[in-house]
Formats: sequence, structure tokens, C-alpha cells
Amino acid sequence: MTPGNYLPTEYLPVLIMMIVAAIFGAGIILVGGLVRLRRPYKDKLIPYESGITPVGEPGIRFRISFYIVAMLFVIFDVEAVFLYPWAIVYNKIGLYALIEMLLFIVILLVGYIYAWKKGAFVWDSRGGSDAL
Amino acid sequence: MDNYAIYDGLYAILGIPRDCSLLLQFIAIMINIVLVIAVVMLHVAYATYFERKVIGHMQVRLGPMRVGWHGLLQPIADGLKLFFKEDIVPATDFKAVFKLAPIFVVFAALSSLAVIPFFSTFYIANINIGILYILAISAVSTYGIIMAGWASNSKYAFLGSLRSAAQLISYEVAMGLSLVGIMIMAGSLNLKEIVSAQQQQWYGMYLFPQFLGFFVFTVAAFAETNRVPFDLPEAETELVAGYFAEYSGMRFSLFFLGEYIAMIVMSSMSVLCFWGGWTLPPVITNAIPQLNMVPGIVWFVLKVYGHIFVFYWVRATLPRYRYDYLMRLGWKVLIPLALANIVITSIVKYLA
Repeated sequence: MTPGNYLPTEYLPVLIMMIVAAIFGAGIILVGGLVRLRRPYKDKLIPYESGITPVGEPGIRFRISFYIVAMLFVIFDVEAVFLYPWAIVYNKIGLYALIEMLLFIVILLVGYIYAWKKGAFVWDSRGGSDAL
Repeated sequence: MDNYAIYDGLYAILGIPRDCSLLLQFIAIMINIVLVIAVVMLHVAYATYFERKVIGHMQVRLGPMRVGWHGLLQPIADGLKLFFKEDIVPATDFKAVFKLAPIFVVFAALSSLAVIPFFSTFYIANINIGILYILAISAVSTYGIIMAGWASNSKYAFLGSLRSAAQLISYEVAMGLSLVGIMIMAGSLNLKEIVSAQQQQWYGMYLFPQFLGFFVFTVAAFAETNRVPFDLPEAETELVAGYFAEYSGMRFSLFFLGEYIAMIVMSSMSVLCFWGGWTLPPVITNAIPQLNMVPGIVWFVLKVYGHIFVFYWVRATLPRYRYDYLMRLGWKVLIPLALANIVITSIVKYLA
């Protein structure tokens, strides 16, 4: 199969499935919209806050930890994806692949230990202990 | 490539030649997809019934009993009720985002079904990157959750969606790493090839050599599907329902649907990667050759239901985790365990 004219036909059902899934989700709501009753009034549309009139804006400030976790996720997930092709061809390469990947994991561990020591995984506002 | 092995069956039934036109192939694919969605929807409906029965009996109750014989029509009654409920869109500046969010969740859950082989000749698509595809597409539901929380214009929903997104992305890393051991052993990302690779071993299941990976995967699967003990996003005692607090009627049920389909997908992944899929270990089939007569789908469904039962069992047994414990478990225990599993597997594989 030459790279230039390769049509990934085995992915066609996946694409159709995605389209059907999206239509299914939207369709249920649209069809339901024809039969269900709809009587909105002002008080009903107030966001729920245990029966009290909401105080302040919902877009409150949130902890910086969420942001740090998101960054760590990007780093670690990319590393995980790097491991996939290595795992597939591991049988064919042998010792060289093993050493390379052990080095890769060691580098990953250095960053991981740094993040741990910096307290990126601590969610307790009192500083928290490292105990599990 | 035997991508179209399934369609041979369909072509034979419909009397169509195998090298037929694109239109006929398209029709065959559509029949396949509609069949899968219909069957999965039925299973989702009765998974809720199964859950209520299992938890009821574990708590020395009877569970649903009123609608139909032993409450068998309960899921249909629930579905009809939700269908006719008023669909409230709260006062928010982001009505379109609010309306789109549940569709994202159900889209992500349903699309992941596309690459799951239910038995050796039945699947929608047989692609080389099956596991990667499932991990990637199930991450789309995180967008749905963030959109729902952000557009709801409510503090509970906002906090719930933040927590949920952080939880999902944390455990996704552990889940992705836990499957690398499987990939090393099978040398493939294709779920069908992973199952046939397991048949090469006498024990027929990667569960035994990969018990560490299985443990990490199972815990991560609980967290990814927001099931107890990791149901923090919808912690009803703290966040009233988390990111879908403002949803009602059919839109709420789409979130619910997404959660249950995701549970079925995760159970299927676990069955395919660790439990040998639709096959039995060669040790057993060699001892009792009659078992080869049983169609593979029977074992697949039994294994998936066994796995789903564990989900319910855990829900009836364990209390909810505290949020900082949850993050600690994900980052400080599961990721090192998964990395250790990769290192051990690759060294053992090299020595063997």
C-alpha cells in the first residue's frame, strides 16, 4: 500500500458511528420536545441553591490546584502516549528498546518526584500530611 | 485484513454478493450500528434495574417490585416518565452550551462502542488503534461535564464540574499507563488481536500476569465512570448532584445514559484486555471440549455482567472517598504502581 493513495476504509464505520451517536443524542431531545409540556416562569428558572435566592455570581474563584492538575495531566498523558508505540514494537527491538524506555521512565520519575515534593498532589488546605 | 468478516454474515442473510456497491456496504454498516445501539440501550435500561435489585437485596430490601412481575417493567416506566418531564433550561447566558453538553456526554459514550468486538466476528469497526481510540473518545465526555457545569449558572454545578474534570483527567493517566503492560504482552492496540494473543497462553487471560495493571485499571475505571466510591462529582450530600444539578427530564437522562454506557464500555474493555474476551482459557476448553460449542457472545456477556455486578457490589459496600484522598490515591499510588507494572512487564518480557 503506497502512502499516497491509502484510504483508511476500516475507519469508515467509526465515522458513521460517531455521526449516528450525535444524531441519537440530539434526536432524543428533539423528539421529546414535541410531546413534553413546557411552562417556564421566572422563579422556576433561578439556579438551584437549596431553595434560597442565589447570592453572588456563580463564576467564583477556585483553587489553583485544579490548574496544576490540568498541567500535570497534559505532561503525563503525553508521556503515556509515547509509551504506546514503544509497547507495540517492543518485541521486535529487544534490549535497546528496554534500556531506552527505562531511561525515559527515569526522566519521567524525576519530574514526578519534583511535582510530589513541590506539593502538587496535596489538596488539604492545611498543608496536609503525605500519609495516605 | 478481515475487516468485513461481520458483513459476510449480513451479506449472506440479505443475499448480497460480497463485492457489492458502496451503498449496500453502507446499509450493512448501518444495520450493524443500529443493532449495537439498540442492544446496548436495552442493556442500559436493565442495568439500572439490575443495580436496584442487587443493592436492594444487599440491604435486605426487595428493590423495585410494583411495575410488572418483580418490577421488570420499572426501567420502561422510568424512561417514559423522564421522556414526558418538563425540560427546564435555567436563566443562563449560555443556553446553547447548556443544551449541547449532554449530547457530548452521550456522543462520547456511544462512539466508544464502535471498536469493541463483542465476539470474534461481530464488531462495528476493527481498527488498529482500538484501545487508543476508546481512551481518546471517552475523554470527550470531560468536555460535556465542563460545559454543563459552566453553563448551568449555578455554584453547585460549577464546583461539581471542576471536581469531576480534575478527577477524570487524573485517573485517565493511570488508566492509560495501566494498559501499557497489556500492549507489551500482546504487541497490539487492536482489541481483537489482544484477545487472540491471550489465547496463546495456557491460562488464556492476561489477568494473571497483569494483576497489577488490572488493579490499577479497575480502580481507574470506577473513577472514570463516576461510580461509588469515587462519585464525588455527583456527591448528593455535598453538591446536590454536581454538574447536572440544573438538568431535568430528557437532558438529565442523557447524562445518566452516558454514565451507564461508559460503565458497559469500561467493563467490556476490562473483559477484553484482562479476562480473555469471548474466549475461555485453553486449559478449560481442552479439559471440557464441549464448551467450544457455546457461542462466544455468551461468555462475553457473562463476563461483562460479572464486572458490572462488581460495580454494584462496591457501591453497596464502600462509603464515598474524600476529595483530597481521591486525588492522592490517583497521583501517589496508582501512577507509581502503573509505572512499576510497565517496568516489571518489560523486564520479564525481555528475559522470557
